[in-house]
Amino acid sequence: MSEAENTANIIFPHQHLLGIEGLKEPDINCILDLADKYVELNRKTNKKSDILTGLTQINLFFENSTRTRMSFELAGKRLGADVINMSSSGSSIKKGETLLDTASTLNAMQPDLLVVRHGNSGAVKLLSRKVNCAVLNAGDGKHEHPTQALLDALTIRRRKGKISRLTVAICGDILHSRVARSNIHLLNIMGARVRVIGPSTLVPESLSELGVDVFHDMKKGLKDCDIVMMLRLQTERMHGGYFPSISEYFTLYGLDYEKLSVAKEDAMIMHPGPMNRGVEIDAAVADDLTRSAIQEQVEMGVAVRMACLDILTKQKRQEAEK
Amino acid sequence: MSGYTLYKNARLLDPESGLDRIGDLMTFEGQIAELGDNVKAPSDAHVIDCEGKCLCPGLIDMRVFVGIPGADYKDTIQNTSDAAASGGVTTVCVQPVTDPIIDDMARVEFLENRAKKTAINFIPFPAITKQLAGKEMSEIGLMSKAGVKAFTDGNKAVANPALMSKVLKYAAMFDALIIQHLAVPELSDSGCMNAGPLAVRLGLPGIPTSAETIMLERDIRLLKSVSTRYHAAQITCKDSIDVLAAAKKDKMNITAGVAVVHFALNEYAIEEYRTFTKISPPLRSENDRLAVLQGLKDGTIDVIVSSHDPEDPESKRVPYELAETGAIGLETMLPVSLEIYHNGSMSLLEVLAKMTCNPARILKLESGVLKVGAPADLCIFDPNVPYKIDPEAMVSLTKNTPFDGRPIQGRILKTIVAGKTVFEYGR
Repeated sequence: MSEAENTANIIFPHQHLLGIEGLKEPDINCILDLADKYVELNRKTNKKSDILTGLTQINLFFENSTRTRMSFELAGKRLGADVINMSSSGSSIKKGETLLDTASTLNAMQPDLLVVRHGNSGAVKLLSRKVNCAVLNAGDGKHEHPTQALLDALTIRRRKGKISRLTVAICGDILHSRVARSNIHLLNIMGARVRVIGPSTLVPESLSELGVDVFHDMKKGLKDCDIVMMLRLQTERMHGGYFPSISEYFTLYGLDYEKLSVAKEDAMIMHPGPMNRGVEIDAAVADDLTRSAIQEQVEMGVAVRMACLDILTKQKRQEAEK
Repeated sequence: MSGYTLYKNARLLDPESGLDRIGDLMTFEGQIAELGDNVKAPSDAHVIDCEGKCLCPGLIDMRVFVGIPGADYKDTIQNTSDAAASGGVTTVCVQPVTDPIIDDMARVEFLENRAKKTAINFIPFPAITKQLAGKEMSEIGLMSKAGVKAFTDGNKAVANPALMSKVLKYAAMFDALIIQHLAVPELSDSGCMNAGPLAVRLGLPGIPTSAETIMLERDIRLLKSVSTRYHAAQITCKDSIDVLAAAKKDKMNITAGVAVVHFALNEYAIEEYRTFTKISPPLRSENDRLAVLQGLKDGTIDVIVSSHDPEDPESKRVPYELAETGAIGLETMLPVSLEIYHNGSMSLLEVLAKMTCNPARILKLESGVLKVGAPADLCIFDPNVPYKIDPEAMVSLTKNTPFDGRPIQGRILKTIVAGKTVFEYGR
């Protein structure tokens, strides 16, 4: 697969990928189409492409991450980029250097791609103003996690053949979830019907202004759904008075076969991982390979991130060729 | 020179008496000596032709944070004075949020002595509670007897109801004015912007308007059994306006202020995490903003403040949640407030009253009026000059204004304190 057929007709009109909000349907389709091709590449024995040869990718993680960081690292390496990881522990970040000073320092090293995760909403956007290269948001606070939404979209599109007019229920701690926000924006852009389900402390009514239907009764919310997206319940919320106990939470909002029975017969179950079995999802449901797309999501993650790295450096690479 | 200065041909605006006419005003030895038509000045008087421009009492700003003592990299007292003068502000009420905290008479005097070297009037407001800790009363009696005008914990609320109840009872003995920052800490401390759909969209923790209204309702309840003079520092939402209006209807001894930002901006000014819009209380929804404007118009809100709070760039060039709260406002208070006059919501005198005679009345000051014998603290301005707010052209040491680039109308031409010109536009 040469680069020419890869990205010949793709125009992605953004310098960075900071969020899903603000993207348009063709932007998203262009990433997903390219990602489809990378899925094929990733399934071959030789997974190596050389399109990013000579380019430097820095993964800058101010917040702990294993899965997302590895996925980005693998994506960069498979495309031939030099990938460097920098995490908050044991670095200058710990020594009190400000975010923008770190950005300037890294920028001086001439990276071509910066993949950034930060614990505060808006921090990646702030950093992007200080650097010359493309910035990918790998999660900022409770704001956005665009590549997660894109890999979810790719998973849905490959299983269901489309995204528009599907009914998608997102369940759990929507209030504190960047995954939920990015997914809500993306699914709305692509024409899906989005529902959010959870206790009123974690799923406020004001979410309806993002274009979703709010449910506090899980069975009502799951009725006739095509997709059930479970969110990870973060342990730090469990003591914040958002709900009384894990067993009450699981009884009301944990996904089991009984609650799932009201969704469509072929409803697909998704989870961004890592799962809390017995908290937000019943182990049997999670392991049901006919229903659960959880492993597939991880696979799609690498492909989607390859597509993003490819698209965001495309113009730069073309200019270099000239 | 005889020491007489005659301001001829000025549009005299005195909100207290309702005076609004072309005339002359003469000052002598720091006071207003005469005003009216064709004031006769001694032959050696300094005569200034105002060319029909507006002349009003110098503005009194009840809420200003300073960097002295403790943080002079943000702002020096000289800089506060310069910024105030260029904004037509002749009296600045200093919040005790300093290091060390102004919570006893020695520190009040320290600040007063520092302020004497500057051109404008500084009135320090000491803390209600020692160290702003909300646990023990500061020496309200001693400080009141020494002439302190008001007490406040600045950007902190006196949260403990038992303590507040004692404070209000105790303050009543000295007729001390208690100024409360309305925020229930448990509802507001973890947030950084208005709670609501926009906070959900931006993924930022919200502060509900109830944080303010609950505290106001509680204080009003406590005030039912005492006659203490009480001032709500900043009102930002419709619910609080309703509660306040009801209390005023009951003839309770309550006054209230609003910061310019809260009637000139709503939460959407945050846009893409602009940290200069992070203030306390936070910018509210458009409905709340409109309610606050209505409250200003119908008199529910008595006072406009700048809530001037300089923050150095380092504490603002960070992610929104981590940024310090505060925005500068001394230089923009009058011009931005004039928007409500220009758009026809309020008369020029009504707008000016919120920054002159009303705060003077609440604080029992002799300034804030155009009256023979009153201090010659004056502001001359042209309400019609259009321009855009340019932070680089501002005097303030830090440039954290949320009004960057805003088109406004109204230019301060001259500021006079005790008869002396302390600011002149273009000089």
